[in-house]
Amino acid sequence: MIAELEKVASEYGDAAGRVSKRIIICAGTGCVANGSLKVYAEFVKRIKDAGLDIVTELKAEGTGDDCNHPTLLQESSSAPIRLSKSGCQGFCQMGPLVTVEPEGIFYTKVKPEDVAEIVQTTLIDGKVVERLLYCDPVSGKQCTGTAEIPFYQRQSRTVLKSCGIIDPEDIREYIHNGGYAAAKRAYTEMTPEMVCEEMLYSGLRGRGGGGFPTGKKWELTRVQPGPKKYVICNGDEGDPGAFMDRSVMEGNPHSVIEGMMIAARAIGADEGYVYVRLEYPLAVARIRRAVADAEAIGVLGDNIFGSGQGFRVSVMEGAGAFVCGEETALIASIEGQRGMPMPKPPFPAQSGLWGKPTVINNVETLASVPIVIGKGAAEFRQRGTETSPGTKTFALTGHVANTGLIEVPFGTTLREVVYNIGGGITDDRGKVTGEGFKAVQIGGPSGGCLTEDHLDLPLDFDSLKGVGAMVGSGGLVVMNKQTCMVRIARFFMQFTQNESCGKCVLCREGTKQMLALLDDIMEGNGTEKTLETLERTARAVQKGSLCGLGKTAPNPILSTLKYFRAEYEAHVYQKRCPAGECKALSKPTIDPEKCKGCTLCAKKCPVGAITGELKKPHVINPDVCIKCGACAEACRFKAVSGV
Amino acid sequence: MPQTLEKTTKRLRQFKKVCEILDKYERNPAKLIPILQLIQDEYRYLPEEVLTYIATSLELPPAKVYGVATFYAHFALEPKGKYVIRLCDGTACHVKKSIPILEALRERLALSDKIRTTPDMLFTVETVSCLGACGLAPVMVINDDVHGQMTPEQAVALIDEIAAKEGKK
Ligand SMILES: Cc1cc2nc3c(=O)[nH]c(=O)nc-3n(C[C@H](O)[C@H](O)[C@H](O)COP(=O)(O)O)c2cc1C
Ligand code: SF4
Ligand code: SF4
Ligand code: FES
Ligand code: FES
Repeated sequence: MIAELEKVASEYGDAAGRVSKRIIICAGTGCVANGSLKVYAEFVKRIKDAGLDIVTELKAEGTGDDCNHPTLLQESSSAPIRLSKSGCQGFCQMGPLVTVEPEGIFYTKVKPEDVAEIVQTTLIDGKVVERLLYCDPVSGKQCTGTAEIPFYQRQSRTVLKSCGIIDPEDIREYIHNGGYAAAKRAYTEMTPEMVCEEMLYSGLRGRGGGGFPTGKKWELTRVQPGPKKYVICNGDEGDPGAFMDRSVMEGNPHSVIEGMMIAARAIGADEGYVYVRLEYPLAVARIRRAVADAEAIGVLGDNIFGSGQGFRVSVMEGAGAFVCGEETALIASIEGQRGMPMPKPPFPAQSGLWGKPTVINNVETLASVPIVIGKGAAEFRQRGTETSPGTKTFALTGHVANTGLIEVPFGTTLREVVYNIGGGITDDRGKVTGEGFKAVQIGGPSGGCLTEDHLDLPLDFDSLKGVGAMVGSGGLVVMNKQTCMVRIARFFMQFTQNESCGKCVLCREGTKQMLALLDDIMEGNGTEKTLETLERTARAVQKGSLCGLGKTAPNPILSTLKYFRAEYEAHVYQKRCPAGECKALSKPTIDPEKCKGCTLCAKKCPVGAITGELKKPHVINPDVCIKCGACAEACRFKAVSGV
Repeated sequence: MPQTLEKTTKRLRQFKKVCEILDKYERNPAKLIPILQLIQDEYRYLPEEVLTYIATSLELPPAKVYGVATFYAHFALEPKGKYVIRLCDGTACHVKKSIPILEALRERLALSDKIRTTPDMLFTVETVSCLGACGLAPVMVINDDVHGQMTPEQAVALIDEIAAKEGKK
C-alpha cells in the first residue's frame, strides 16, 4: 500500500472544517500530573449536558459515525465542538492549559470545577472567563492568548511549533498540516546524495550535545559499502533537568519518525530503532502509536512512496542508565549487552549496530530534518547564527518566574532568556526579586556555569565552548544568590559518579575522589592542598576517560572554580559558606522577627555566646558559638536556624 | 510432601509466564533487556532462579544475564513494595529542594539510604535523576502517577492517604 497523503489530508480537512470550535487540552506529562485528564472528562460531560454537539475523535465523512454520539441531544443549528488533547505546550507550571480555537483564548490552571463556567461563558455566550487568563506578574496585564504572553511572545517555536496544537495521536492531522510531505519529497524527488547535500548546506548540527553537522554524519554513512544499514533515534535524554526530547516525542511523534525516514533515505537504511528511556512512559506510548499508525496508513513499510525502498522502525525502552545515551553504549544496549561505551574509531557510521553502518541522531535533530527538507536549507539558515543555524529548544528551570520548555534562535542572549522569557529571578519563596541572579548552569552534568558577566553572550555552540560551557542537550538551570556553587558542583559530581559505567579507572575513581574533596570543602576540612588536588584530578579525569561522560564530568567543577573561585576560597580559608547553604559551615543565628526574647537559649548556651534583654530579640556571637545546637533545641518559637 | 509439591507447582506456574515472555521474543538473546523488563513487570523484581532459567533458555552464561541485570538501574534483584515512590533529584528538583522531601518520606516510613522498602512490602522509596517534568519541580512519582510541586508535608500526606486506604496506620 502506498500512502496517498493528499487524500488523507483533504478528508481530514473536510472533517475538521465541519467543526465550529476546538478545545485543546494539554495532555503532556506536566499537565496530566496537574489533572488535565479530569478536566478533559469534565468537558465531555458538561458540553453534552449543555446540549451542545461534541466530537472527541474526527472521523471521515461516510464512515457513518463522524460524531461519536449516536443522536444529537437537541436540534442544534451550529456545527459541533471538537475536544482534543495535545502534547506539552511548554508552560507546564501554569497547567492544566486549555485553549479555545479559533479565538485562541488561553486558559491556565484550569480545574474540573472551572469547566462548567467555560462551557457557559465561552462556548455558549462567546465571552472570556477572565479569572482563568494568564496574568503577567510584571505588568499585571491579563493576557487573552499566547501572543500576549511574554513567555511565548519572545520565542520562535519551530521544532515545537505543532507540539501543543496538533493531536499527537492522530496521524491525519499531522499529514493535514503538511506532515510526511518532506519524506515524500526525499523519496520521490531526491537522490540520497541530494538529501545529504541539502542537510550539509543547511548547517544543522546535532542537538544531542556534540553539535556535529548532521549532513556530514549522513554522508559518511551513505558512502559506506554494504546493503544493511541502520538509523537510530536517541531518545534517552538522561540529562537531569532536560525534557525537550520528551516533549517532542509526546507532542509531535510523527515529526521524529519522518526525520528517521529521511535519514534512512539518505543513507540507504531499511531498519530503524527509537531508543526511549523508560522514565518516559507517555513518550514510549505515543511513539509506538505513531509507528503503528504510519505503518497502517502505508507511510512506513515496504516500497515507501513507490520508491522501492522500505523502512521499518522498532521501539526499545531503556532500563535506566545515563551512560546509554552515549552512542556506542546505546548500540550495545540495543544489542542486549551492558551499556558500556566503546573506543572510537570505528565510529557508528562505519561500524554501528551489529557491526553495520549506523546513523544515530538525537530526537530534536531528527524532528528538525523535515523542516530542512520541507522548506529547504536556505530558509532553515535564515534563523540562528552563521555557524549554528536554526533554533534550539531549552529546558528553562530553577529560580526563574516562568519555567518551561522554550525554543529560541541560536544567538539569542542569556539575558533575553532569563529575564524576558523566564520573567526574572525568584527567591526561595518564588517571588521575583531584582538583583538575585547568581549563575546559570547550562548543558547538564557535562556543561558549565555562567555568571552575570555572560548575560549578553549569544547562546550558540561556539561562543559557549569559548567560555568553558556547552549547549549540551539544552538544560538551563537558573540559580539565585542563595545557591552555593560548591554544592552545585558536588551535585553534578554525585550524578556522574553514580552513572559512571566503571570501565575507565580515571572516571570511576576520579569522580569518587573529586566527590570526597568537595565534601571536605563543604564540611570545613578543606585546605589549600584540597583545591589543588581537586583541580589536578579534574584535569586528569578529563584527559584519561574514554567517553564523553568521563571527559566532561569535571566541567561543572572546573567552571565553578574558574568563575566562583572566591566562593571555594571562603569555604576553605574562612570556613564560611557565603550562600549560607553548607550546614557544617553556617553559624546559628536568631531570627529577630520570631524571637520573643524569652532568654531560654541564653541560659542553655554552654559557652555564653547568646546575649540579649528580656522581651527583646537575642543575638548569637559567632566567634564564641561552638554550634552545639542547644539554643535551637531550647527555643520554643523556632527562632534559631543554622544548626 | 505436600508443601514441597505446592512450592513446585507454584514454581512451574512461575516459569510458565517466563516461557511465554521468552517465546514472545523468540528466545533471541539480543532481546535480553526487553525480556527482563517484561519479567520484572510480572514479578516486580528479578528472582535469582528466574535469571538462571533465562540464561539457560537463551543459551547465555548466567554471568552475562546477571551482569546486564545489575548494570541497569531499573532492574531490581530484590522485591519492591506495592507502591514504588520515586522522588526526583534531578537538577531542577534539587534546586527546588527535593532533599527535604526525601528526608520527610524516609522519616515517615522509617527508611534510609540502605533500607528502601518497608518491612510490610507496602512502600519503596527511591530517588531518580529527572522525570522530565522539571517545570513542576520538585516532582515525585508514585507507581505511575506524577505529582508536581511537592512539599515535604504534601508528600507525607500522600503516603498517609495510601496507608489509610491499605488499612495501615
Ligand atoms: C554520557 C553521554 C550521554 C549522552 N546522552 C545523550 C542523550 O541522552 N541523548 C542524545 O541525543 N545524545 C546523548 N549523547 C550524545 C550521543 O552520544 C550522540 O552524540 C548523539 O545522540 C548524536 O546525535 P546528534 O548528532 O543528533 O546530536 C550522550 C553522550 C554522552 C557521552
Ligand atoms: S569515561 Fe566513565 S562512563 Fe565513559 S567509558 Fe569510561 S568509565 Fe565508562
Ligand atoms: S529561646 Fe528563642 S525566643 Fe527565647 S530568646 Fe532565645 S531565640 Fe529568642
Ligand atoms: S505538559 Fe502541559 S504545558 Fe507542559
Ligand atoms: S529535574 Fe526533576 S523532573 Fe527534571
